[in-house]
Amino acid sequence: MISSEPDLRFPCRRSYDRDGNKITQTRAPPRRKLLFSVRKGGRTAADVWRDDMFTKGTKRKFSDSGEEPVAGGDQGPPLAAAAAAAAAAARTLSSTYSLQRQSLLDMSLIKLQLCHMLVEPNLCRSVLIANTVRQIQEEMTQDGTWQIMTQALAAAQCPADRLVATEVLCRQTDPAVQAGHSPKPFPEEGYPAGEAEAVAAMEGEVEAEVTMVPQLAPSASYLAGPFGVGPCWVGEEEEEDEEEEEEEECDEDEDSEECASEEGEEGERDRLSASSRTADQVFGTFEIKHPAAAAAVAAPPADPALEELFSDVDPSYYDLDTVLTGMQAAPKMGPYDLLESLSSHGPSTLGSGASCRSDLNELDHIMEIIVGS
Amino acid sequence: MGEDAESPKINHTFLRDYVTEADVISTVEFNQTGDLLATGDKGGRVVIFQRETESKGELEELGETGDSGEYNVYSTFQSHEPDFDYLKSLEIEEKINKIRWLPQQNAAHFLLSTNDKTIKLWKVSERDKRPEGYNLKDEEGRLKDVSTITSLQVPVLKPTDLMVEVRPRRVFSNGHTYHVNSISVNSDGETYLSADDLRINMWHLGITDRSFNIVDIKPANMEDLTEVITSAEFHPHHCHLFVYSSSKGTLRLCDMRASALCDRHTKLFEEPEDPGSRSFFSEIISSVSDVKFSHSGRYLLTRDYLTAKVWDLNMDKGPVETYQVHEYLRSKLCSLYENDCIFDKFECVWNSSDSVIMTGAYNSFFRMFDRETGRGVTLEAWRESSKPRAVLRTRRVYTGGKRRRGDVGVDSLDFTKKILHMAWHPSENIIAIAATNNLYIFQDRVNPDMQTQ
Repeated sequence: MISSEPDLRFPCRRSYDRDGNKITQTRAPPRRKLLFSVRKGGRTAADVWRDDMFTKGTKRKFSDSGEEPVAGGDQGPPLAAAAAAAAAAARTLSSTYSLQRQSLLDMSLIKLQLCHMLVEPNLCRSVLIANTVRQIQEEMTQDGTWQIMTQALAAAQCPADRLVATEVLCRQTDPAVQAGHSPKPFPEEGYPAGEAEAVAAMEGEVEAEVTMVPQLAPSASYLAGPFGVGPCWVGEEEEEDEEEEEEEECDEDEDSEECASEEGEEGERDRLSASSRTADQVFGTFEIKHPAAAAAVAAPPADPALEELFSDVDPSYYDLDTVLTGMQAAPKMGPYDLLESLSSHGPSTLGSGASCRSDLNELDHIMEIIVGS
Repeated sequence: MGEDAESPKINHTFLRDYVTEADVISTVEFNQTGDLLATGDKGGRVVIFQRETESKGELEELGETGDSGEYNVYSTFQSHEPDFDYLKSLEIEEKINKIRWLPQQNAAHFLLSTNDKTIKLWKVSERDKRPEGYNLKDEEGRLKDVSTITSLQVPVLKPTDLMVEVRPRRVFSNGHTYHVNSISVNSDGETYLSADDLRINMWHLGITDRSFNIVDIKPANMEDLTEVITSAEFHPHHCHLFVYSSSKGTLRLCDMRASALCDRHTKLFEEPEDPGSRSFFSEIISSVSDVKFSHSGRYLLTRDYLTAKVWDLNMDKGPVETYQVHEYLRSKLCSLYENDCIFDKFECVWNSSDSVIMTGAYNSFFRMFDRETGRGVTLEAWRESSKPRAVLRTRRVYTGGKRRRGDVGVDSLDFTKKILHMAWHPSENIIAIAATNNLYIFQDRVNPDMQTQ
C-alpha cells in the first residue's frame, strides 16, 4: 500500500508520490550518524587524536556508537542493525584507530567542500586532501569496513535518495562487487564523476547536485552547493557569536551549510559551470575506480551510465525549483543529516581556519566601518 | 549619541592586533649585490629597501668594508591589481607570490614580480640630476621670448632630489592556467622560468606574447591527478638545468638539452619512505614547499613540513643531511590538519658560503642550522622581545627533560604567527625575515652585535 504520507523512517525528497499526488514535505526527525558518532557536545576529531592513538585507549568505548543512532530519534531497525554490523566488523580493528580514521575521513571530505569560491581554491591543498581521502578509502576497503559501511548506508536509506552515495561507496574499490556482476547491486551505474556526487551525498548536498548534474557536464561539481560566499561566512561568524547559546555544534554547521547551499544554488549556475573545471580537478582526484584497473569489469562509459543512473529516478527530482523549495521547507532531510552528523565532529574550528582568509577582506571592510576611517 | 556611551564597553585590544590582510608580506628577496631588498605583499604592492652606504671615500680611508647597513625604504609601487577571470567567474588575487631580481647590467635595476597568473618586469631607475639652462625654455618649461635671448648656453645637469622611478617594462600574461608558485631567472640572463601547479614555462625576457612549455604534468584525465609542482628553480651556473619539486616529496632535475619537453626527468631525487613512521599524514608532510640550489650549484636545499633537507646533486638516493625543524609537531599533525596549518609553505635559504641554512617555523620562530656541526638554533622575530641593536637570544621549545626559563611549551605556540618568507644577503650575514606584516632585518657582525629594524 503506497501511502501519500512520507515515511518518517526514511525521509525522502519526493515531491510527488507514486500516484502523482503532491506530497507536502514534513520535517523528518534528525538522523544521528550511522557509525561512529560523537555525542552532543562531544569531542572534536582532534580530541580523539590527541589521545595518542596507538598507545592509549580513548575514554569512549565502542559501544557508545552503538547507542547513538538510537538515541537520536526514530531511526528504525535497519539503521541499528547496520550500525551493529559495522560495529562488529570494526571491532576486529582497534576501535580507536578506526574511529580516528573515520573522523579524519569526515574532516577531509568537509575540507574539500569548504573552499573559497571567490578565488580559485588551492590546487595543491585539494590534491593532498584528496589523496588522504583515497588512502583512507583504500585502507577501509582492505579492512572490509568500507563495504559494511556502504551497505549499511544503502540499506538504511531510500534508494533514490542515496543513489549516488551508495553507488560510489560500493564501487570498484570493492572487489566483491567488481568480480560479481557488472551492474551493481543497486540500480545505478558508475560514472567517472560519480565520486564527486558521492562525496556530495556524504556531505548532504546530494539532492541539489544530483539535479544539477544532468543539466551540466557530468563532472560539474556539487561545489556550488556548499560554497560559502561572502554573506555566508558572515553568517557563520554570527553563528559563532551565538555559540554559547548553541549547544549543538552541528546545528551551527548545518545552518551554515544550508545557507551555503542556498547561496550556491540560487542563481549561481554560472559559478557552477565556471568552477566545474576546478571541481574536475578536485573531484577528479576522488576517482578511485580506474577503468583500466577494474580488470574484472568493463566500466560503462560516462554518459550512458549517467542516463541509466537517472532513468529510475523520479523526474521531478530534476526540478531545481522543487529542490530549492524542498531545501528551504525541510532543510533537515535525509542526506543533510549525514552532513550534520559528519559535521558534529566539530568543524567549527575548520570553518574559522580554512575559510577565514578570504573573508578577512570582508572583515577588512567591516573594520573600516567600525573604526570609521 | 548612544555610541559614545557604548564605546567604553568595546574591547579595543583586537583593534590593536588587527592586521590588515593586504599588508601581510608574501615574499622577500635581496638583489645580487644585496644593496636592495624587495618585499611583496598580499595587496599587490612591492616595497624596495636600499642599504644606506657611507661615501666610498671615507670607507677607503678607514679601511672598512662594511657600512652602516641600515635598510631604508627606497621605493614603493603597486605591482599587481586584483583581477577577475570572467570565464571562470573567479577573482585573481593580487598577492605577490614571488619577486626575483635580474642581474644588473646598467644603472637601472630590473625585477620580476608575479601574482597567481601574470608576471611583470619592472624597471627601477633613479633620477637625481636634471638638465638646466635650456635656451628656448625657461625654468618652468615655458617658451622664452626669442627676442630676449642674447647668448647661447649649453644646458648642464644639476643634481636634484633623488627620484626613484618604477615603470613596468614587460607584462607576461596568459601563460598559466593554474597558480604560479615560482619564478627563476636563468644564468644566461635572457630567459626565466615560471612554474604553476602543473606546468613550467620558459620565457624570454624580451618576448611577452609567447612562452615555451618545458614541463607539463597535467594528466589526460584530471581525475588521475595526484601530484602537483610546488617549486622550481634554475641552476645558478648551468643554464640548461633546472629542478622542480612536487607535492609527493620528489625532486626532479631536468636538462633542457635532452628534449624540448622535459617531462622525463634527468634525475629523480626521492627519499625512500620509512615504513615505521607511516601515517595518513605522511604524504602531506612530505610535500616539498621550497627548493633552492646552493650558491655553489652542488647542493639542493628542500623544505617539507617538519624537516629541511640538503641533497647532493650527484646522489639521488636520498638527502645527505636532514634537519628537524619542529619535530615536536609530529604528534600534533591532526590538529594542524584540522586548522590547515599543515599546508603552510615554508621557505628555506642558504647563507652566502653555503655553510648555514635557515628556515621558518611557528610562533615567530625561525631556525638556523650550521651544516658543519649539524647544530640548530631557534631565534625569534617578535617586536616586543627585540630592541634595536639588541642581541637576539636563542629560544627553545620545551619538549621534555629539564625545563629552562624562557622555554615555550608546544601547546602555547601561536600558529598564526608563522615565518614563511625570508632572505639571506648574497655575500654578508644579513637576513630579512617577514613576520606577517613586519619585516625584520638582522645583521651579524664580527662582534655579535645585531641590529633589528
